Amino acid sequence: MMFPTLLGVAVLVFVLMRILPGDIVEVRFASEGGTVSPEVLQQERARLGLDQPIWRQFADWMAGLVRLDLGRSMWTGATVSHEISIRAQLSLEVAIIATIVAVTLAIPLGVIAALRQDTWIDYLVRMISIAGLATPSFWFGILILLAFLILFHWTPPMTYVPFWKHPWRNLEQLIWPALATGYRYSAVATRMTRSSMLEVLREDYVRTARAKGLWQRLILTRHALKNAMLPVVTVIGLEFAFLIGGLVVTEQVFNLNGLGKLFVDAVTHYDYTLVQGLVLVVAAAFVLSNFFVDIVYGWLDPRIRYR
Amino acid sequence: MAVDESVLADLARTEPERAPGLGARIRTFAREKPLGAAGALIVLLMISAAILAPVIAPYDPLETDYGAMFAAPSRAHWLGTDSFGRDVLSRIIYGARTELLVGFCTAFAGATLGLVIGTTSAFLGGRTDVIVQAVMDVLLSFPLIVLAIAMVAVLGTGTLNVILAIMVPMVPRAARVCRSSALSVREATFIDAARSAGFSRTRIVGRHMLPNVMAPYLIMLTSFLGQAILLEASLSYLGLGVQEPTAAWGLMLQGAAEEYAESAPWIPFFPGVAITLAVFAFNLFGDSLRDVLDPRLRTH
Repeated sequence: MMFPTLLGVAVLVFVLMRILPGDIVEVRFASEGGTVSPEVLQQERARLGLDQPIWRQFADWMAGLVRLDLGRSMWTGATVSHEISIRAQLSLEVAIIATIVAVTLAIPLGVIAALRQDTWIDYLVRMISIAGLATPSFWFGILILLAFLILFHWTPPMTYVPFWKHPWRNLEQLIWPALATGYRYSAVATRMTRSSMLEVLREDYVRTARAKGLWQRLILTRHALKNAMLPVVTVIGLEFAFLIGGLVVTEQVFNLNGLGKLFVDAVTHYDYTLVQGLVLVVAAAFVLSNFFVDIVYGWLDPRIRYR
Repeated sequence: MAVDESVLADLARTEPERAPGLGARIRTFAREKPLGAAGALIVLLMISAAILAPVIAPYDPLETDYGAMFAAPSRAHWLGTDSFGRDVLSRIIYGARTELLVGFCTAFAGATLGLVIGTTSAFLGGRTDVIVQAVMDVLLSFPLIVLAIAMVAVLGTGTLNVILAIMVPMVPRAARVCRSSALSVREATFIDAARSAGFSRTRIVGRHMLPNVMAPYLIMLTSFLGQAILLEASLSYLGLGVQEPTAAWGLMLQGAAEEYAESAPWIPFFPGVAITLAVFAFNLFGDSLRDVLDPRLRTH
């Protein structure tokens, strides 16, 4: 199912970009100001291959894709894979930290809420998680920035430093956007953990384990939690995939130069090749993370191990 | 177990002879789902604020007052003023109109389109179903915001285009859910009966299948309401959504963080509270509605 979906994504984004009114040549010369003769415009289009018939442009792009060549950005002239790879690191890191935040919050909270169903702890956890779903992550990010500014007159560093070069500086910059998105993310996962745990705790095998007099903690971790994790893993995988390309607004708030910002820039520049490449990479990340979720399924539940 | 007792109590309470009236049903809902009722109440408040905006808003939301730029919250301007000297409270009240318009239009259109596509696809089955599902898979592999931005790029900004742009990514999500419950309905005996009575496909889908897929449809609809408001706020914040000078909550946050953070923190604060409260209310209401409509979840 992976390749047909990616092919569909490729066709869709290609078509979407071509029905955009206007093109990159117009945008570029308009930004420079003054009037440009139609011949110059035509020359530029020919240089970028935009004078070719649509099917030809698509075939060329596809031929490149088969060789894993995403082409060159029409705006900067650098290869699309280069433009993406220099920003992917940052986006991936934010997504990973956000996932760690989400999982460490969600699983204990969800389990406690399920074990103490309908007590004040349960209500508190549910309120926190419903509030998490309702708070826009970018606004939460704005609040974090505001709090630092007002209380400590401090802003996170603006320039990206790779983690292995200077771990502390790197975290100083990226932990806040990760927290802002991680809260919402953890809310989704907490709700899933709670409801899935509630379901599993009513299963016969949990009752059997209790009747055998098994140690409560063993019942929880081995019998209940492992089975309750299936839907939770699905949600975590889905959200993770969406974080890689979907951090557009949070990146804007924290002034991060990640994939989301690259996407918005590429769309406003009508940079066809870059948008196409970027969307494909995001879709591939989604498909891949679904694949990994499937593998984790097999590990959690041997009944659905794939042959 | 406590759950079983409450179910028995429920059974004892309901009168099988006649369905309770609307008022009684609302009272029951409010008693059993206090959180949901609170959500509904906030939504109602929001709707009345939107309708009565000209009456309750202390200022014209578009009126600029360069003498009162960046005024802190005071008795004259309860929530302060923005960089144009516009009253923040009035803009939030008028903004409710934009949010509700975008929220209801996108949620209704997106869920309904998804309902029709999902149900029809499930009913027809075979190759049509496979193709429709493949198309939906493609649409589902984009993050919501990425697909919405792509749609805005094609359609352009402005309120109507934003509604369309937010609706598109919702359709496959609704179609997926409605299809799976339509699949189980399709196997029901009454569908066979309708078929053997010689009813047309349109009639079977429209009159017999759609009403039986209403529960997941309503659940999707309410969950879309909150999501649509969040998405509209994100797009407007990026400058890709509703355009100035229209009052919209996401738009009010735009540029607020960096520029006015220290001097005028109320500008980014209050519109965000409004967004959060609105989405919170819709989610609370939607959650309780789901509990009531989906019998499988009732025990949890």
